[in-house]
Amino acid sequence: MTTTPERTATDLVTVTIDGVSVDVPKDTLVIRAAEQVGVQIPRFCDHPLLAPVGACRQCLVDVPDAGNGRALPKPQASCTLPVADGMVVNTQLTSGVADKAQQGVMELLLINHPLDCPVCDKGGECPLQNQAMSNGRGDSRFEGVKRTFPKPIHLSPQVLLDRERCIVCQRCTRFAEEVAGDPFISLVERGARQQIGIAEDAPFLSYFAGNTIQICPVGALTSEAYRFRSRPFDLVSSPGVAEHDACGAAIRVDHRRGKVMRRLSGDDPEVNEEWISDKDRFAFRYLTATDRLPYPQVRGDDGVLHPASWPEAFAVAARGLATARAAGGVGVLTGGRLTFEDAYAYSVFARVALGTNDVDFRARPHSDEETGFLGAHVAASGPVAGRRGVTYGDLEGARTVVLVGLEPEDEAGTIFLRLRKASRKGTTVLSVAPYLTRGADKVRALLVPTAPGEEGAVLRGLADRAEELAGSALGDQDVVLVGERLATSPGALTAAAELAAATGARLAWVPRRAGDRGAVEAGCLPTLLPGGRPVADASARVDAAAAWGVGSLPETPGRDAAAIAAAAAAGELAGLVVGGVDPDDTTDPATTRAALAAASFVVSLELRASEVTEHADVVLPIAPVTDKAGSFVTWEGRVRPFDAVFTVPGSLPDLRVLAGIAEELGTPLGFRTVDEARDQIEALGTWDGERPAAPVPAPAAPPAAHPASGGVVLALSTWRQLLDGGSLQDGDDALTQTRRPAVARLGQTAYDALGAPAEVTLHGDRGTLTLPVEVVRTMVDGVVWVPARSVGRGLLADLAGPGARLRVTAGGAL
Amino acid sequence: MTIPPLTPVLTDNWDAERSWTLASYEERGGYDALDTAFAMTPDEVIAAVKDSGLRGRGGAGFPTGMKWGFIPQDNPNPKYLVVNADESEPGTCKDIPLMMASPHTLVEGVILAAYAIRANHAFIYVRGEVLHVVRRLQRAVQEAYLAGHLGANIHGSGYQLDLVVHAGAGAYICGEETALLDSLEGRRGQPRLRPPFPAVAGLYASPTVINNVESIASVPAIIRNGADWFSSLGTEKSKGFVIYSLSGHVTRPGQYEAPLGITLRELIDLAGGVREGHRLKFWTPGGSSTPLLTDEHLDMPLDYEAVGAAGSMLGTRALQIFDETVSVVRCVLRWTEFYKHESCGKCTPCREGTWWLVQTLTRIDEGKGEPGDIEKLLDLCDNILGRSFCALGDGATSPITSAIKYFRSEFEDGMTTPSRELFPHERSTAYAGQLAGKGVGA
Ligand SMILES: Cc1cc2nc3c(=O)[nH]c(=O)nc-3n(C[C@H](O)[C@H](O)[C@H](O)COP(=O)(O)O)c2cc1C
Ligand code: SF4
Ligand code: SF4
Ligand code: FES
Repeated sequence: MTTTPERTATDLVTVTIDGVSVDVPKDTLVIRAAEQVGVQIPRFCDHPLLAPVGACRQCLVDVPDAGNGRALPKPQASCTLPVADGMVVNTQLTSGVADKAQQGVMELLLINHPLDCPVCDKGGECPLQNQAMSNGRGDSRFEGVKRTFPKPIHLSPQVLLDRERCIVCQRCTRFAEEVAGDPFISLVERGARQQIGIAEDAPFLSYFAGNTIQICPVGALTSEAYRFRSRPFDLVSSPGVAEHDACGAAIRVDHRRGKVMRRLSGDDPEVNEEWISDKDRFAFRYLTATDRLPYPQVRGDDGVLHPASWPEAFAVAARGLATARAAGGVGVLTGGRLTFEDAYAYSVFARVALGTNDVDFRARPHSDEETGFLGAHVAASGPVAGRRGVTYGDLEGARTVVLVGLEPEDEAGTIFLRLRKASRKGTTVLSVAPYLTRGADKVRALLVPTAPGEEGAVLRGLADRAEELAGSALGDQDVVLVGERLATSPGALTAAAELAAATGARLAWVPRRAGDRGAVEAGCLPTLLPGGRPVADASARVDAAAAWGVGSLPETPGRDAAAIAAAAAAGELAGLVVGGVDPDDTTDPATTRAALAAASFVVSLELRASEVTEHADVVLPIAPVTDKAGSFVTWEGRVRPFDAVFTVPGSLPDLRVLAGIAEELGTPLGFRTVDEARDQIEALGTWDGERPAAPVPAPAAPPAAHPASGGVVLALSTWRQLLDGGSLQDGDDALTQTRRPAVARLGQTAYDALGAPAEVTLHGDRGTLTLPVEVVRTMVDGVVWVPARSVGRGLLADLAGPGARLRVTAGGAL
Repeated sequence: MTIPPLTPVLTDNWDAERSWTLASYEERGGYDALDTAFAMTPDEVIAAVKDSGLRGRGGAGFPTGMKWGFIPQDNPNPKYLVVNADESEPGTCKDIPLMMASPHTLVEGVILAAYAIRANHAFIYVRGEVLHVVRRLQRAVQEAYLAGHLGANIHGSGYQLDLVVHAGAGAYICGEETALLDSLEGRRGQPRLRPPFPAVAGLYASPTVINNVESIASVPAIIRNGADWFSSLGTEKSKGFVIYSLSGHVTRPGQYEAPLGITLRELIDLAGGVREGHRLKFWTPGGSSTPLLTDEHLDMPLDYEAVGAAGSMLGTRALQIFDETVSVVRCVLRWTEFYKHESCGKCTPCREGTWWLVQTLTRIDEGKGEPGDIEKLLDLCDNILGRSFCALGDGATSPITSAIKYFRSEFEDGMTTPSRELFPHERSTAYAGQLAGKGVGA
């Protein structure tokens, strides 16, 4: 937004607070204007990201002049009072009336409070405790009987409420309603018995519930995960970046004696503001899982893994890889959870040490069309490439945001919250999807009904329909967000790019994993070198080769992840370097398993023992995010660096491990540390040559339905729910219990055709699955939705491949 | 003692045969004011009500015509009229008898008011416990629809109005106008932050007028008889007639309609005097939320200005009369228990303060008061009054501070002697005479 100087001047008003004059924008609340002059007015219900309520009355100030020369008759709640030009405000510092009013409210707040600070989780970081000290009386005159409640109640499996500590400031309920859109907690009862409650059988199930614990100004809300575990003053806090999605949420990691005790949201107005998802908050117990790999291991002649020293493991890995390189080549599968720097190391390692472009980060269904799209429209865009990208702020300022193949509440929580905020301020959200999900409804999305596979066709018509649908034609104020699963919808990514080009709308690709966007920049793709350099471009190769001190780089684009697995399974590739890939996440789990079994030499870089470990010849434990510095690149292309939380000498990041092997191979990477890798990335810079054109995809043949007879044939729509069977969520039972139940969602037509069953069985080419049914009114005919990874080994392993059509029958499997 | 001649208006038809029926109401010219109004523009109706000097009868006394004039007519949202029939203030008993005796007076007033503010939807929000009143109102509304006083094209004027009778769930706070709106919208009844004011964003975030039953019921007479007639009644700044509810220790408790400015002495005379053999000790001018007064104030004109000057408020003109048998401590304790029970809980001073006040007052009532308790009560009231979110919290302090002002020694007695010893409760009861005969409670 541009503001002219005149407007700036008229939009400012001058107020005097405790004798200090200050200019603030009009409509600023007095409590915040006071912050500008360094005056902290005590407060409880006030929260800058929530609408004011004026409930606690702690922030009372005296207003001898409301700006019109007249005094306001009684003390005013500064958290609800907007400034007026010429207003004079006296806070507790200069007004006896304000001071007495505040002391009075504080005394009243404490009469029914248990004062159990010594056993309260919040003690030591409690706004009530702190402000009672700074703005309260030393002792209480209350001599009566306190109100009590039976000890805590579960608002959800994770969130507990100790009602006697609650000061009913409504921060939690306002958060749930305004920010998360999950108003499952509410005030109940009245007077001194007023409390926070849930409806019977409707617990506070929100993906963002944990935020209420953090903003509760007392210790009334606690988590199963942290309750009674630690005291704030025993903790050391380190800033971090959440590793569970591509949003880059700022977090605070609180730890004690080398162990993470809890995680909180950081405060980053440009990214996650002050909110994180429960996954970001509670899913950290994987760090201390008992199956963490403790030391390097090397498979002996006896076929069994034996502990090894790092140098020995490097040497064995190097020998095996050299042999495999000569015997057909080595493919590199990196998975999506790497830091930018680690991804970069894999990229260089593949080219320099293994002499191949067979490298791909996509541990999920992908396509050639997507490979082309990433090179043409994603790589080397955004701040990571020194360019302007689409930002969270752009979402908030957009007139229209189009979501295609993306369910933000499940796949990108921070985007979801920002879209919700935007939609409450007037942004229109269009969801190109098979049905209006609860998440889409919460961002007031309008559904553009689209069966899976039809996204391309719908997007091609959207430029013409946008005005009718959203009230305005798409233009450069608008944003199109495409999800990673569009890779499985032929023509969709191409159509999205065309839509953006035709309308001027800004396009952003939103992957699901924290490392995905960084891996694109790092060149963990068969067609791309770091910085968006096309492998096929000779001068791009020269650039990279020069930076890496090698004569030349492999010229032909490599195999993608699916092709790497197929080639290894077929014996065409002799070796595999695998960085934390779960076969069940891949396009074809069976092929990936076959590849692991068939490859003559497998190097696994892993955190915890996995299926890959069983096939690996060398197992190299790598450092979790807490043990290393690094960066994640967000979907916006924003680089989010973080430092190590712990210093653990034997815990090496992937890049250090790869550097060690490369040195043994005689092809050093030119870096051993994160800083050195960053220097090299910086020196190499971004490609400023011509972008590769995205290849025009060939029309795909519609997949055949499973041949079993009976029932109805439905197209499969699927994505992963935020909380599901993902291994990084292991170890927190309460978190597990807040998962949404796995159901098969059907439209009315299919449901009726099947005879209104309570359960259906889905038959795919990889197996069958029986699930309870939920009917969804908005579901496009001919579609069934099933969560991708919420039961068993997930759909790709147990049911069908991407884009499948399923035969669906009523009742359980026989 | 001369009692001024009383000319009942609101209560005029209360003694008619089946006064609550449409037939009875129409027989006396009911609903004629509609035609008068429809011959005027809505703005002229507002002007007439402004000129009449009618002030809100729900407690605050805000000029009614001015309130209607605040409705922004250029606002594209629908306009709403909401009648506050939640009557719950201790001692207040005027709206409910009015709606029982003559619901059509209210319905006619609703039509006039809605026409003036250009609303096509109106609501009467009735206190939930009074089911008999709800039924009577519902029947009256039905009759009005059938007779063409409500619905489309009323009296051929082209004006349309739909009227809904909504029963609340019986919470005092839902009489506070913004809590009422939340409750009417189906939410938890708690006061809203202002601004925005209801005139701009009230019911369903649309311009809304909220008026008391008696305010609205006064409008037909103003339209029928003219603003000048109305403003000729009452005192200089408090125009018109009102219903006074007399309760407690008077011979004939009940509703007395009189112009503003009548004195308590005159009203008590009308009610047959204070209970036989007793004398006035203290009274409330407008319910328990208005500071209590004593026999010093018997000849004070009951209008907004004079009562205000005496340090109290005219409020709802709920005159609760207490004779010398009543312990002011006990009475104040009962009221405070009411506020504690009815506090909505939203804000700290009222929620926690009433909890504490009750405990301290209970101690004094039991003769177990401690030195400093009176000062503490006053200081607590100081920390609640003007610090609460809405007027309920303010009102909770009124009986305490005024009682201490006039009867401090009774609170001091509470340091040593239970109130039931000083003021045996039985002596305040209606059957005290019979008990006395049996030697009880003498
Ligand atoms: C706690 C509380 C309870 C109230 N109860 C009532 C009530 O029962 N009836 C009523 O008309 N006004 C009540 N009021 C006053 C209303 O808020 C409002 O001022 C009134 O309905 C406006 O109507 P009027 O202008 O016609 O008087 C109450 C106010 C408060 C603070
Ligand atoms: S639980 Fe905490 S946040 Fe919620 S109302 Fe109570 S004190 Fe406020
Ligand atoms: S003063 Fe506060 S707690 Fe009391 S009724 Fe009003 S808003 Fe509720
Ligand atoms: S912080 Fe202002 S009323 Fe609570």
